[in-house]
Amino acid sequence: MAINWFKYSSPASFYSLAGKMIPVFVVASVILLVAGLYVGFFVAPTDFQQGEAYRIIFIHVPAAWMSMFLYVVMAFWAGIGLAFNTRLSSMFATAIAPTGAMFTFIALWTGALWGKPMWGTWWVWDARLTSELILLFLYIGFMSLQAAIDDPRRADKAGAIIALVGVVNIPIIYFSVQWWNTLHQGASVSVNQAPSMATTMLMGMLIMVLASWMYSIAVILKRTRVIILERESHTAWVAELRKKEAVR
Amino acid sequence: MNWSSMSEFFSMGGYGLYVWGSYIVTFICVIGEILLITNRRRTLEKQYGLIHDLNKKETKNETTS
Repeated sequence: MAINWFKYSSPASFYSLAGKMIPVFVVASVILLVAGLYVGFFVAPTDFQQGEAYRIIFIHVPAAWMSMFLYVVMAFWAGIGLAFNTRLSSMFATAIAPTGAMFTFIALWTGALWGKPMWGTWWVWDARLTSELILLFLYIGFMSLQAAIDDPRRADKAGAIIALVGVVNIPIIYFSVQWWNTLHQGASVSVNQAPSMATTMLMGMLIMVLASWMYSIAVILKRTRVIILERESHTAWVAELRKKEAVR
Repeated sequence: MNWSSMSEFFSMGGYGLYVWGSYIVTFICVIGEILLITNRRRTLEKQYGLIHDLNKKETKNETTS
């Protein structure tokens, strides 16, 4: 059986596929969010060192992970768009940036609110915190550069260069706690070690990570659909879609 | 269960400002992002004159008049 791998690389077919997928991810994210908050606040015990303040972890860690992960995904699609000139890949990268920036901001914000009671300061110029701040600037740079260029295809290419160059920051963020002396604690979860926290705490955190995933996918698909409509307004299929909507 | 009363829950062992400050701002960001996208789509639908949006306007006019 021949599979047409390129079917969904066309904005028109992706548009309708994404429309069907969004509700699934919305429902999944709401269920996971409720479950994660329940475990986080009512099942996970009080931390013996940090008291209740550690409960910030249930947003801080998922947000920080998503901020890095979304950047890699954004750079990947921007790179594919640059290399193969596929316009949907570039639109996808553009759609990821605001959500990535939001998660970066949340990671920094919750980090500051966690740092104040634990370290006695909102902010330090330490490797982990500084590299995460640079990540926020990369997202903002990507978005403002694209917004500043009128021709969308040129904006895609320029954005892709920033996105790809910025990828170098991701391993720096990830390994910063090992490479430099830092106030920030080491990884709570890693591949080759048992997690350094209670099982219910870990469960709550992982459920919240899944919830952030589902949320991000839903929101990014929704934004991609809007971008497709904006950019493809001159095409026959959008005209067709308008007619169809008119009949309904 | 960790909490014996509502006030205990809200005070978060004295860390209420930090814990709720984190959760509330995150909540605002998420809702804000959803509203921004919805709004962006609305504007587009209006521009394109998609009919289900016009229907909405008509029903709105009926209820206000």
